Amino acid sequence: MPETDTDNLLNRVEPAPDPETAKESLLKSYPIKVARKRTKHMVVNNPAAAPVIQANARTIPGIITQRGCSYAGCKGVVLGPTRDIVNITHGPIGCGYYSWLTRRNQTRTESDQDHNYIPYCFSTDMQEQEIVFGGEKKLEAAIQEAYDLFHPKAIAVFATCPVGLIGDDIHQVSKRMREKLGINVFAFSCEGYRGVSQSAGHHIANNQLFKHVIGRGTTPVEGKFRINLLGEYNIGGDAFVLEDLFERCGITLVSTFSGNSTVDGFERAHMADLNCVMCHRSINYVADMIEKKYGIPWFKVNFIGANSSAKSLRRIAQYFENEELTARTEQVIAEETAKAAAVQGRIRPRCEGKTAMLFVGGSRAHHYQDLFKEIGMKTVAAGYEFAHRDDYEGRRVLPDIKVDADSRNIEELSVEPDAELYNPRKSADDIAAYKAREFHFNDYDGMMPEMEEGTLSIDDISHHETERLIEMYRPAVFCAGIKEKYAVQKMGVPCKQLHSYDYGGPYAGFQGAMNFYEDIDRMVNARAWAFIDPPWKKRTSPQLTAHYGDQ
Amino acid sequence: MLLRHTTAAVAEREALTINPAKTCQPIGAMYAALGIHACLPHSHGSQGCCSYHRSTLTRHYKEPVMAGTSSFTEGSSVFGGQANLLQAIANIFSIYDPDVIAVHTTCLSETIGDDLVQIIAKAREEGSIPPGKMVIHTNTPSYAGSHVTGFSSMVKSMVGYFSEPSDTRSQTINIIPGWVEPSDMREIKRLAGLMGADAIVFPDTSDVLDAPQTGKHVFYPKGGVTMPALRRTGESAVTLALGPAASEAAAKALDVKCGVPCETMTLPIGLQATDRFIDAVRQYSGRGVPAIIEEERGRLIDVMTDMGQYLQGKRVALWGDPDQLVALSEFLVDLDMKPVYVVTGTPGKVFERRMEKALQGRVPEAQIRQGATADMFLMHQWIKQEPVDLLIGNTYGKYIARDEDIPFVRHGFPILDRVGHSYFPTVGYAGAIRLLEKFLDVFLDRRDRDDPEERFELVM
Repeated sequence: MPETDTDNLLNRVEPAPDPETAKESLLKSYPIKVARKRTKHMVVNNPAAAPVIQANARTIPGIITQRGCSYAGCKGVVLGPTRDIVNITHGPIGCGYYSWLTRRNQTRTESDQDHNYIPYCFSTDMQEQEIVFGGEKKLEAAIQEAYDLFHPKAIAVFATCPVGLIGDDIHQVSKRMREKLGINVFAFSCEGYRGVSQSAGHHIANNQLFKHVIGRGTTPVEGKFRINLLGEYNIGGDAFVLEDLFERCGITLVSTFSGNSTVDGFERAHMADLNCVMCHRSINYVADMIEKKYGIPWFKVNFIGANSSAKSLRRIAQYFENEELTARTEQVIAEETAKAAAVQGRIRPRCEGKTAMLFVGGSRAHHYQDLFKEIGMKTVAAGYEFAHRDDYEGRRVLPDIKVDADSRNIEELSVEPDAELYNPRKSADDIAAYKAREFHFNDYDGMMPEMEEGTLSIDDISHHETERLIEMYRPAVFCAGIKEKYAVQKMGVPCKQLHSYDYGGPYAGFQGAMNFYEDIDRMVNARAWAFIDPPWKKRTSPQLTAHYGDQ
Repeated sequence: MLLRHTTAAVAEREALTINPAKTCQPIGAMYAALGIHACLPHSHGSQGCCSYHRSTLTRHYKEPVMAGTSSFTEGSSVFGGQANLLQAIANIFSIYDPDVIAVHTTCLSETIGDDLVQIIAKAREEGSIPPGKMVIHTNTPSYAGSHVTGFSSMVKSMVGYFSEPSDTRSQTINIIPGWVEPSDMREIKRLAGLMGADAIVFPDTSDVLDAPQTGKHVFYPKGGVTMPALRRTGESAVTLALGPAASEAAAKALDVKCGVPCETMTLPIGLQATDRFIDAVRQYSGRGVPAIIEEERGRLIDVMTDMGQYLQGKRVALWGDPDQLVALSEFLVDLDMKPVYVVTGTPGKVFERRMEKALQGRVPEAQIRQGATADMFLMHQWIKQEPVDLLIGNTYGKYIARDEDIPFVRHGFPILDRVGHSYFPTVGYAGAIRLLEKFLDVFLDRRDRDDPEERFELVM
C-alpha cells in the first residue's frame, strides 16, 4: 500500500518552469538546423500580443512525429465513418489493412437490411506485376467483383503511394465503371506523399465529395430547422449523442460529414439551411464552397464541453429565430446543464488545480480544453498534429498564409453559384443585422487567443519534445494518440487518447462531457500509479534493519 | 449482423481482396528490428507507413514502439528520397542516439528505386554515422510477400550486416525464433538455458516489448540481441531456424556467409514440434534433456489425456501466418481435433505442402488456401457453408465469432483487444498447456452458457 499520498507519482508536482526557458530546453539538444526550424513551431502564448506560429509545414525526417499521411486523412478519417460506400483501397495490402476498423467508426443502421460495409476491408492487393505493367485493369476488375458481390449504392477508390507514381488513372477507371454499372463510382488521389500530413487527405476527400456527391439528391428533406453538421466523425458514439440532442430540440439533421453517415445524406446536404462546423481544420473549406454554390451560411460550433454545447445549441436556435425552437432548446439546455453541473460538482474538487497537456488532431487540442476547465484543470501546453495557422491564430490570418509547394498540389476548386439550386438562406442585410448583434458567421478565433498567458503552443510536436515537456511540467494528464500513449505512461503520467478515446466515450454533448469528467477523474486519481516504487525503495523505508541474534 | 454482406455462395475473385489474412512487409521489418538492442527502426517512405506500423504494433503490445520516418513529400517522390534519409540518419543519431538504425523500404521508395546501399554509404562518408554505430537496411516493397516476409528480410539483413565469418567454431547455437511474441522468445531462451545450451536468439523482443513500469521511459529497454552477439553468430556451431517462412532465409544466408550449418524446423508450438526442437537442441548441445523439461512435457500429456473428451472431433478454422498455422494444425491433429479451414494471405505454394504434412492424412476434408484472395471473407463463406466449433486467429476474427456465435481463441498478430500474449508464451510444453487451457475455457464456458438447466454440470 502507498504510505502517503506523496508516494503517488501523479502528485509529484514540479514547479512550473518559466515558459521561455522551457522552450529553450526543448530545443537544446537539437542540431542547429533542426532547432532553427522547430523554434518557429513553438509559441509562448500571450493573447494580447497575438503571436505567430508556424504550422502545416513539412515534418523534419527522423524527428519521430505523430503525423500520418494523406491516405489516412482521406480514407481513414473522412470516408471511414460512411457505412454504405464500398471503399476500395487501390494499392499494396498494408494501407487498407491498417485503416480497417481502427478508427472506431461506430455506425447505426436503421434495419438489418441496410448496407454497412464498415466491418469490411477491400483492397486490390497490388503485386509487383501491377507496379511494373500498371494496375488499372486489376482495379477495374476489383470494382466489378465488388459490384457483383454486394450491389452497393456507391463505390469509392483510394490511391496509395505507388499508384500516383506508376500513373494509374483511377479517375478514368471510376468514370468508366460509373457509366457501366450505373452507380456512383468516384476516386481519391490521396497518395500518402501528398501534402505534409493527414490534413491534405481531408482536403482531397472533401473536394471529391463536393464534386461527386453533394447536391445529387432530389428527395426533399422534411423538417423546419434543417442543418448539416460538418467535421464530426462519430468517435466513440459522439454522433449518436448529438443526433439525440438535435432531435429533442426539434432540429432536423440532414447530414453529418461524416460521423454515422450515409451517401444519401451527403447527396442531400444542399437541402439544409445551415452548416455547423465542428472541426474547423478538416472541413471549413467545404462550408465555404457549399455557401458559394448553394447559399447555405455557416458558423463554427463546438459540442465538446457542457458550456460549449449549450452555447452552440443556442446559436443554432438564434439563427432560425423561432420562438418554439428557442423554447425547446432552452428546455433541453436547462435539463442537461443541471445533470452536468451535478457531476461537475462531484468531480471538480478531485481534479481542481491539476494540469493537462493536449497534443492531438486539428481541433481536439482546442475543444477539449473547455472540458478540462469545467472540472478545474488548467491546460499548460497544447498543439495540433496537422492543423494550419488559422486553427491556432484564427481566420483573421487567412490572407497572410503563404501557399507553399506542398499545399499547391492539393486541388483548389473554383466554385460558382449553382444555376438551379443556389438559394441564399440569409440576405446580405440579414447577415449584417446578425453581425450588429455580435453574431458572427464564417468565423473561428482559433486556439491560441483562448489560452492563458505563459502557456505553450507547440505545433507538430516531436517525441523528443514530448518527453522533455513531461519531465519539466509533470502534468496530471497528457492527451495524445496511441503512438504516444505508452511512452507517456511509462513516465508515470496517464495518457488520454483523444483520437480513440481509449475505447470509451462518447465525449460530445452534455452526456459526453459527464463521461469525460468521470474518465479523467478515474485516470488522474488512479491508485495503480502509487505502486510503481516497491516498498523497499521508498524514502520512508529504513535502508537497513538489524536484529540481535537471540531475537 | 456485423458482416451482413457475407454470403455462403463463393464466387471466385481475381482482383479484390476482402478482409485480408496478411498485411504488408514493412511492419514485419519494424518488429524484427525492435529485437536488436538499442535499435531504432526507420521507415523510408511516406509518414503514414511509419504511423500505421507503430500504431498497430503499439495496439498489439500496449508498449511504446519508437521508429523514425523519412517523411516523403511529393518532391521526394519525384527526385528520390536520398536527401530525406540522409537528414533522418543525422537527426536520429544526434537526437535519439541509438546503436543501430534499421532502415526498411516501402512501396513508395521501392517504386522510385532508391538505392539504400549507396545512401547509407553516403551518410557514412558525410560523417553522420558516429564511430561504432551502424545503419543497416532491408528491402521490403509492400507489393510483394507479406508482413512475414518483411520480418524474414530484416532478420536476413542482420546476418548480412553483422555476422562475421570465423576460422573456429564455438559451441553456441543460433536460434532464430521467427515472428513470435516476446514471451515466446523468453521461453525459447529459458528452454535452451535449461538444456545447458549457449544460445544466441535473434531477433529477441523480450525485455523490449514487455518492459516493466518503472516511472521512467527507457527509450532503449534492456532487451534485444546486441551487436557483439550478432557478430558472433558467424562462429556458432549451428543455426536452428524456427519456422521456414520467417526464419529460413536468415539461417541459409548465415550458412552461405559464414559456413554455419542450419536446420529449419517447425515453430515449437504444440507437442510434436516442441519435441523436435528439444531433441535438436539436445543433439547440438551434446547434453541430455533435464528432468525438469521431461516433467513439463509430462504435464502437457497429462492434460491431453485427461481433458481430451472435450476436444476430440472439434472442427476448427484458422487464419494467420504460415509458420503458426502449420504448427497449430499439427497440434490440433494430435489433440484429435480437425483443422478444416486454414487460410493465410502470405503467398507461397510450399505452405500447402507443409500443411498436408502437418495434417498427417487425418483431415481429408480440410480446405487450405494461401495468397491474395485466401482471405477471411472466403474463410467466413466456408464457415457459412458448413460451420466450425472453434476459431483460432487474430482479433479480426471477433466479427465472425459474434455473427456466427462460435468460440474464439485469439492467436497471432495482431491482437488488438486483449492482453496476455506478450507475457505468456504459447511455444514449448508450458505454452501448449496454455493453449489447451484456452481451448478448454472457451468450450466449457460455452457449455456452461448453453446447456439446459437439467444438464448443467458442476464437475467437468
